[in-house]
Amino acid sequence: MSEELFTNLAIFVLSLLVGFEVMSKIPATLQTPMMSGANAIHGVVVVGAFVIAAEANSWVFYCLAFFGAFFAAVNVAGGYTVTDRMLGMFDRKPAAKKEDDQK
Amino acid sequence: MSALQTISSLIYLVSAVCYVLGVHMMRSPKTARHGNGLSAVGMFLAVITIIVTIIIEGKIDAIGWIVLLLGLALGILYGVVKARKVPMTDVPQLVSLFNAVGGGAAAVIGIFDYLLKGDGASLSIAFSLPVLLDVIIGGITFSGSLIATGKLSGHVSGKPITVPGARILNIIVVIAILASAWFMIGYPTNIWYVILALAMSLVFGLLMTLPIGGADMPVVVSLLNAFTGLAVAFAGFVINNQVLIIAGALVGAAGTILTLQMADAMNRSVANILAGGFGTGDSDTSSAADAVPVDVKETSADDIGLQLAYAQNVMIVPGYGLAAAQAQHEVAELAKVLTDKGINVNYAIHPVAGRMPGHMNVLLADVNVPYEQMKQLDDANPMFESTDVSLVIGANDVTNPLARESGNEISGMPILDVDKSKSVVVIKRSMSTGYAGVQNPLFSMDNTQMFFSDAKKGLQDIVASTKQYLE
Repeated sequence: MSEELFTNLAIFVLSLLVGFEVMSKIPATLQTPMMSGANAIHGVVVVGAFVIAAEANSWVFYCLAFFGAFFAAVNVAGGYTVTDRMLGMFDRKPAAKKEDDQK
Repeated sequence: MSALQTISSLIYLVSAVCYVLGVHMMRSPKTARHGNGLSAVGMFLAVITIIVTIIIEGKIDAIGWIVLLLGLALGILYGVVKARKVPMTDVPQLVSLFNAVGGGAAAVIGIFDYLLKGDGASLSIAFSLPVLLDVIIGGITFSGSLIATGKLSGHVSGKPITVPGARILNIIVVIAILASAWFMIGYPTNIWYVILALAMSLVFGLLMTLPIGGADMPVVVSLLNAFTGLAVAFAGFVINNQVLIIAGALVGAAGTILTLQMADAMNRSVANILAGGFGTGDSDTSSAADAVPVDVKETSADDIGLQLAYAQNVMIVPGYGLAAAQAQHEVAELAKVLTDKGINVNYAIHPVAGRMPGHMNVLLADVNVPYEQMKQLDDANPMFESTDVSLVIGANDVTNPLARESGNEISGMPILDVDKSKSVVVIKRSMSTGYAGVQNPLFSMDNTQMFFSDAKKGLQDIVASTKQYLE
């Protein structure tokens, strides 16, 4: 086994364990935003889209790079936007309450 | 390691830390939004780093820049517009769509690097195995998530769809995937091997999701979220980029935990949901068919208005039917009419109310229901004893007292003790059974009245009649 693969495998396994640890016991209230937030994080695949675009040199590869960039951008931009919108709704509660009190 | 590599690796490490801390902060409602923001900062750092890296390396040509920037611009535009416009009821299908594109992007990266080796190149297993896993998992996620999106949004029938001979077809597809794996790992590169692997994974994704019913879809979406994370992690192995591996593994683990928690809240196992899907899927209809009409008392909007107007404590129990009818505005309006007259109104929210755990909270928050009025299961149950009227809207199984007894499908499932309140009004379209296919004895209890109506229409009538009695 190459050293590179071993390092990557170790990182992979430890990250899985961190993920299990960080995620246990999520209150049900937050499970939908949490799913959406995790969904945005896998948008990091956009970094890979840059890497392949830099190596493209024929039309097949340009096409693949285009779709990679398009798909990843939808994931990352949309994912963070919708998660923020959802969490913003929980956020604005105290403000809305104050308005009601003043009435 | 060159200076560029050292610096970029360090920044990737910082961005990975941002994701972990961000997810950690999302565990509490107070810090959740900042958590998502922190994770976005990590993403921004990673993107800036890769931009600087490819500029300094200077390998990318003009057409490369054009396709990259065009793809990114269109993707960002599409993603942001979709995310801004989507009504909160449709969030599950949007998440599923983002899973599809994420998995698709990961698969594209795997295919790209495989083809880049050139035809007939011999590969080390350290390269070919991650490519294979990336393409297969990415492909399954892509087609599976698109079907899940279609089922949730109604473009594809929510009923379990089975093709004749599905079992045999499944076996053939799995064999074909294994065969493509054998060729991709053990033989020199050939474009047809990777095309076979991709095509068969896409077919497998379809076969996996089509037979699963719409009500189970959220669990499937969550599972596919975990799959996408893994596909992205394997894409990281392929291009030897650690931030993809860390973030992908993090999401893979997080998605797995969420899937288990969701399935748990629905009193089912993940295996049961998936394996049940592979079967004929018609076991539910038989139990619904021999359902006997139970003895129930019907009531009218006018009578409900009267009851509510003279109540002191009202508990609203929203369920899937409320989300499906998009009646959250009407429910909030009714609550406002009552609270304005000094009547206590609270919402008892079961963990799986709505389309998926926590979804109902989002829907109610969207229509400005105060956070303090949303009571979770453990807080709500002691309150039913002092509740005058419980208004059950489009909820069924989560209120079924049979769950306290043994020997049925929902035994042991945590329920809301609606039956303990002085009076129960159930708004429901028909006497049909809920998701579990079990009759609900709550409906025929002495203190229960049924109001057969669509949630939206029924609530509008109730708001009108309540106003009349309160004035």
